[in-house]
Amino acid sequence: MAVTERRGAGTLDAKRIKADFPILERISHGKPLVYLDSANTSQKPRKVIDTITEYYERHNANLYRAVYELAEEATAMFEGARTTLARFIGAPDPSTVVFTRGTTESINLIANAWGRRFLREGDEILFTEMEHHSNIVPWQLVAEATGAVTRLIPIEDDGTLDPSKVEALLTDRTKVLAITGQSNVLGTMPAIERLTASAHTAGAIVVVDGAQLVPHNPVDVAALGVDFLTISGHKMLGPTASGGLYGRLELLDAMDPFLGGGEMIMEVYPDHSTFKAPPHKFEAGTMNIAEEIGLASAIEYLEALGMENVRNHERELTAYGLEALGAAGATVFGPKDPELRGGALSFWYKDIHPHDLAQVLDQEGVCVRPGHHCAQVLMRRLGVPATTRASFYVYNTKEDVDALVAALEKAGVFFGA
Amino acid sequence: MALDELYKEVILDHYKNPRNKREMPDAELSCSKNNPLCGDEITVFVHEDGGKVLDVAFVGQGCSISQSSASMMTEAVVGKSRDEVDERIGAFRGMMAGEVEADEDAFGELVALKGVVKYPVRVKCAVLAWDVLQEALAGTGEAAGAAPH
Repeated sequence: MAVTERRGAGTLDAKRIKADFPILERISHGKPLVYLDSANTSQKPRKVIDTITEYYERHNANLYRAVYELAEEATAMFEGARTTLARFIGAPDPSTVVFTRGTTESINLIANAWGRRFLREGDEILFTEMEHHSNIVPWQLVAEATGAVTRLIPIEDDGTLDPSKVEALLTDRTKVLAITGQSNVLGTMPAIERLTASAHTAGAIVVVDGAQLVPHNPVDVAALGVDFLTISGHKMLGPTASGGLYGRLELLDAMDPFLGGGEMIMEVYPDHSTFKAPPHKFEAGTMNIAEEIGLASAIEYLEALGMENVRNHERELTAYGLEALGAAGATVFGPKDPELRGGALSFWYKDIHPHDLAQVLDQEGVCVRPGHHCAQVLMRRLGVPATTRASFYVYNTKEDVDALVAALEKAGVFFGA
Repeated sequence: MALDELYKEVILDHYKNPRNKREMPDAELSCSKNNPLCGDEITVFVHEDGGKVLDVAFVGQGCSISQSSASMMTEAVVGKSRDEVDERIGAFRGMMAGEVEADEDAFGELVALKGVVKYPVRVKCAVLAWDVLQEALAGTGEAAGAAPH
């Protein structure tokens, strides 16, 4: 299996990378597939597909319990995946990495296992206007259960987040700052390091939704100082239902378990139970073993490319995309400066409804996502019911952007816009 | 499937020149609803007298499928009795579910929407206005302008 080698130039050879992804060879509606929906889910390289196949063909067994060779191999591969993920996000200790189905499950875990234990009536949970529903709804549920209240942090008209507006809302009642590392709609990347320091001064913990941050940027949780970071495996070349959660060990130790059941316990009596130490305290039942091993394979692929190079590549593509969409007459939401944003470009094109637009683009083989992107609070702030979103990853090229623009122009002609 | 099979000319015509797209301040019945999938919002107004639907209008925003379906619906049900309107709503849902033959004699221009059946996500767009009409007639809908969010 050839992993595309790192190039010296600080960017990527996306054309060569494309060849590592079997699905990108397929034809859709008679046209070559142009996949611009990686913020939704990423495609998988041959290496990851092979890892999963090999796991099931050679090593499949349940973890920890069995004493035979297969089970030892599966356990070593699964715990090895944890070490790989910990290294990838700069976590000093693999025990601080809990495997979950992804970001949604991770935030629900924090809101329930930490929130229900430590939040009290009148405590405040802050989140921004650009959060994904998965970083809003779990906090609303835990607020209702505990008497805590939620507070909305406004964004600026240009889609940026002014850190001083966050700091103005931080008080001694603030217990949680829940914030995206990179908006799935606007691409906006808040100043996490500064905001974490400010929140800590106020006595709040910081929960970073890393669904879009981790796949596209070098991340070091130790340097950022965050308390929790959530990770979505399927958005970073890994299988669906792979992913995890980083938490500071003191917090993971102090909080309650989340799901109860097998594998998370030390001893069980009729009237009470005792629990394992983190991370296994949070891993009840049979885990997504093949998926997390597949995620480790995806991380190896990304590490071989180099995450700085991934970021550079997407910054270039984002700059090109902003320019091309603007020239075509599209209105792009979010920061105009590629330094301040990731590669999710949400836009309106000539008043054509996003659903109609995406349908025409599909006929041209171009995959984009229309809709509210699980960000209804943000849609209301932007004053639109929905947007069309094109999003980039390591396998996208400027030619993909050109194909998008050509398809947009066809849609414009079709709808007489 | 070719695009012009989905977007028949009649659909584009109703989208660009919607019929009965207006407020109806003296409507006896009205209902607002949104499609949670795409955020599209529609309000349907009904003026009814003696068990007959004398006037139907709609306002809202949405894709060409939802807007053209609403426009064609207003023309398809005006002047009909409650029972006839209920039957039309049922038949249209049946066509969108692929269970009722898209017969031009029975459906008129609405037949143009049959291409939507192949796109389950878009069926919700086509049916939205009809759902709202049914709720308005049942008197269970929320007052106009109070679309649930």
